[in-house]
Amino acid sequence: MELFRGLKARGRRFLLGVLAASFALFGSACETNVGPQDFLTPEGPVARRADGLWDVTFAIAVVIFVVVEAVLVFTLVKFRRRPGREAAQFHGNTKLEVILTLIPTLILAGLAVPTVKAIADLSKKSEGALDVTVTAKQFWWEYKYPDAGVVTANEMHVPTRTPIFLSLESTDVIHSFWIPDLTGTQDVIPGRTNNMQFIADEPGTYWGQCKEYCGLSHANMRLRVIAHEPAEFERWLQDQSQPAANATSGAAAEGQQIFLQTCVNCHAVQGTEAKGTIGPDLTHFASRETFAGATFANTTENLRKWVDHPAAIKPGAPMPDYGLSAQEIDAVVAYLQTLE
Amino acid sequence: MATAVWEQPRRRNIFARPTATTGWYSWVTTVDHKKIGILYGVTAFVFFLLGGLEALALRTQLATPDADVLSADLYNQFFTMHGITMIFLVVMPMGVAFFNYFVPLMIGARDVAFPRLNALSYWIFLFGGIFIYSSFLLGGAPDGGWFGYAPLSTKLPTDGMDFYAVGLQFLGIASLAGAVNFIVTILNMRAPGMTLMRMPVFIWMALVVSFLLLFAMPVIAVALFELMFDRLFGTNFFQVAAGGDPVLWQHLFWLFGHPEVYILILPAMGIVSEVLPTFSRKPLFGYAAVVFAGAAIGFMGWGVWAHHMFAVGLGPVANAAFALSTMFIAVPTGVKIFNWIGTMWGGSLRFNTSMLFSVGFVAMFIIGGLSGVSHSIVPHDAQQTDTYYVVAHFHYVLFGGALFGIMSGLYYWWPKIFGHRLGEGLGKLNFWLWFIGFNLTFGPMHIVGLQGMPRRIYTYPDGMGWNLWNLMETVGAFVIAVSTLVFLVNVAVSRRKGRYEAGADPWDARTLEWSIPSPPPEYNFAEIPVITHRDDFWHKKYFVGPGKTAEPVFSGGAAEAEHEAEHHIHMPSPSYFPVIAAFGLLVAAYAVIFGLPAVAIGLLITTLGFFGWVFEPGAAE
Ligand code: HEC
Ligand SMILES: [Cu+2]
Repeated sequence: MELFRGLKARGRRFLLGVLAASFALFGSACETNVGPQDFLTPEGPVARRADGLWDVTFAIAVVIFVVVEAVLVFTLVKFRRRPGREAAQFHGNTKLEVILTLIPTLILAGLAVPTVKAIADLSKKSEGALDVTVTAKQFWWEYKYPDAGVVTANEMHVPTRTPIFLSLESTDVIHSFWIPDLTGTQDVIPGRTNNMQFIADEPGTYWGQCKEYCGLSHANMRLRVIAHEPAEFERWLQDQSQPAANATSGAAAEGQQIFLQTCVNCHAVQGTEAKGTIGPDLTHFASRETFAGATFANTTENLRKWVDHPAAIKPGAPMPDYGLSAQEIDAVVAYLQTLE
Repeated sequence: MATAVWEQPRRRNIFARPTATTGWYSWVTTVDHKKIGILYGVTAFVFFLLGGLEALALRTQLATPDADVLSADLYNQFFTMHGITMIFLVVMPMGVAFFNYFVPLMIGARDVAFPRLNALSYWIFLFGGIFIYSSFLLGGAPDGGWFGYAPLSTKLPTDGMDFYAVGLQFLGIASLAGAVNFIVTILNMRAPGMTLMRMPVFIWMALVVSFLLLFAMPVIAVALFELMFDRLFGTNFFQVAAGGDPVLWQHLFWLFGHPEVYILILPAMGIVSEVLPTFSRKPLFGYAAVVFAGAAIGFMGWGVWAHHMFAVGLGPVANAAFALSTMFIAVPTGVKIFNWIGTMWGGSLRFNTSMLFSVGFVAMFIIGGLSGVSHSIVPHDAQQTDTYYVVAHFHYVLFGGALFGIMSGLYYWWPKIFGHRLGEGLGKLNFWLWFIGFNLTFGPMHIVGLQGMPRRIYTYPDGMGWNLWNLMETVGAFVIAVSTLVFLVNVAVSRRKGRYEAGADPWDARTLEWSIPSPPPEYNFAEIPVITHRDDFWHKKYFVGPGKTAEPVFSGGAAEAEHEAEHHIHMPSPSYFPVIAAFGLLVAAYAVIFGLPAVAIGLLITTLGFFGWVFEPGAAE
């Protein structure tokens, strides 16, 4: 009995400590640790709508949590066995039970109304939306701007304050498209076209990633959305619709040769014979900040590793290793870097 | 040994029933529900250790960003096997272990309705577990997630997902046979006077779970067959190019998968509903409400499956409908929480280890329930789905719920099963480490989920704000591991003779199993009791006096009233045919993957097993 008391008191102190520590940590995390995929900091109306519902739900949940756990702890302390304490023998209390059933029912009904309304509102396509087709492939994203005829990969550029209407398709397995700061998740399923819509308020780079387990490199199937002021976006679209310039001299020209021999089956570079569609369109590859599912910064060193042996840095990446010599790799990388 | 002389000369017919009552052979041939219960429990615990080791490996890999402990490939195998293990090989069979041991004891029966079928269930479960685990040695374990989403699951190159499809099918047979057995047992074999509304809540939960299994297993069976056919025979159930539909898999899987959640949690709720009254010295508050809530959950559980699919694009009408059903299934769950607190209210609470685990269950389940409701807010679920927030949620339900309940049940019923208690000192240590480790592991997952960390990723980059939480989670996982070791030490230490000797009724408990000796004799009840009350045993010991307090019925009570009547009681004889039949199925399962013609051999063995089963004599001669 002695031991039991000691442990109980110690246990309670422990619990308080853990609670206090976690609140403190949670507080400081919210202050300083807002990561790029934190969805409690919405940056557009769609994400904000969801966040508004969450705020209400979370507040209610916290109140219920505190009340119920407090009652529980109170019960545990008050009715603990002590000398002379007799248990009262009762089987229930119908009135109380009915009330305690009705309260959660009413709370939930209260939550149901705005939820259903939001589901209905968010499923409509806005007028004047910009269409973008997203094709998910193991383990990267292709974006097509049908009106401008532009194709790019992994980094989606959009104008601010404009509804972006996505048509999502997959060519292999199920993936899931997600940009936490702008909108929730939409599965991308072979054989069907799903839609989702979002608006970015401010220029900036928004992070996201594939959310449905899709194989070996599911973790490395990330993405970015880069929002520009509308005028700047138009300029970007203009640039992207230009064909690539031919590399005429030096290592880059040599690289282009190698590229047109080895890489053409899978990659397209507009303005050359490279018309492959298995891998990302590389026409303006050098204008991207990241590559391979937004997993690696677009640097010379990373590119070298990638061209040398893709699966070594991205398991399961469906791009073969051609056993190119270091010099050839340098040349190919030099060529890729000309594709502004 | 003079008796040996009698047995030697007899020529045994091949159908003669085995007679061993001790030694390993007695365990292989047993049809005694108590021995089978122990077998289930021990096996499930071994799988718990394996699933736990997988979890530790996963957590070690995720402790730091860009870590290199596990390759992507191994990580995917481990997270898949962790899920399969904990769901199909740990929590489900742990529930079945308790059902096996205590359903007959709590309804006043001498065994289950179909003792040999019961043994068959166990052997299929064991072989199924071994079958799935053997994939690690045969080219790679399943790596498509426990949810096996098509078409990925149809395309993964190793045999892993074949083991998944065939192995789960295999385990499903065990569950179905068990479900039929418990339904018949509970409906037909209750002691005279035990009406349905006098049954312990644990029995009610066993009944609801058995019905859920009965209806849910065929659904997953269909899905698994389709997956197996797509993988092995080139059918196109899930292949878009040929007109198949990958979403079909999800509907089938979750139509099984959501009731499965209740299959996992209801046994624990049943345990808690027995433990809390005993250690509060009070009857369960609102018995009818708890029973009804359990049944309501059982029904409503069939109408919420698409809340696992809010991101699939089922359209606003379906999403809204499933949001509503999901919200309202929270009501009966909430009712149970109130009733458990009501049970303790006004009681005289004794906090031994079993009680602590039950209280921990209630406290943690509240959190899992609340986060569950937040998933029904569809627009926000689109954010949290497939993040660690969901991982946190279902671990608060399945670990904070189911596993806390199971631990509570182990400490509670240990003396009944083995005749001695588990030590309380180590027990408390076990509990507090468990409690702290659990919250340290799964609490931060809420936060890291809201910070946008997706599930099922083998690695993550630095700078996402996730590092601290992940490290905490890993530390927590190791605390849970230490707690598990403490439990094992407790088991070992408590076995020392005479240390914690327990009589028939060490907790002054309420239900029938405590009215017979610990451990119970093979025939359970020398005389089948006649039931006049809910919590009948308690009413034999106490009556409610004026002032609503319990007054003892004068000395002695009913415990161990009867002795030595065993000579007249005929128990079902052991049989080796269940294990033979199950073994045939194991052979057939390997054959499906590695050499189809051998399926015939397996099925032949099984058929012979059933043949012997039918023709063996009714009892040992
Ligand atoms: C068999 C088809 C195939 C061939 C041949 C191929 N690639 Fe790729 N490549 C891919 C695929 C698929 C990806 C996307 C992989 C991923 O991100 O997971 C890719 C991605 C890339 C990327 C990153 C693009 C981005 O924006 O993310 C570069 C750069 C690249 N390849 C260069 C090359 C070069 C250079 C060669 C020739 C040496 C080559 N590839 C040959 C299939 C191929
Ligand atoms: Cu993906």
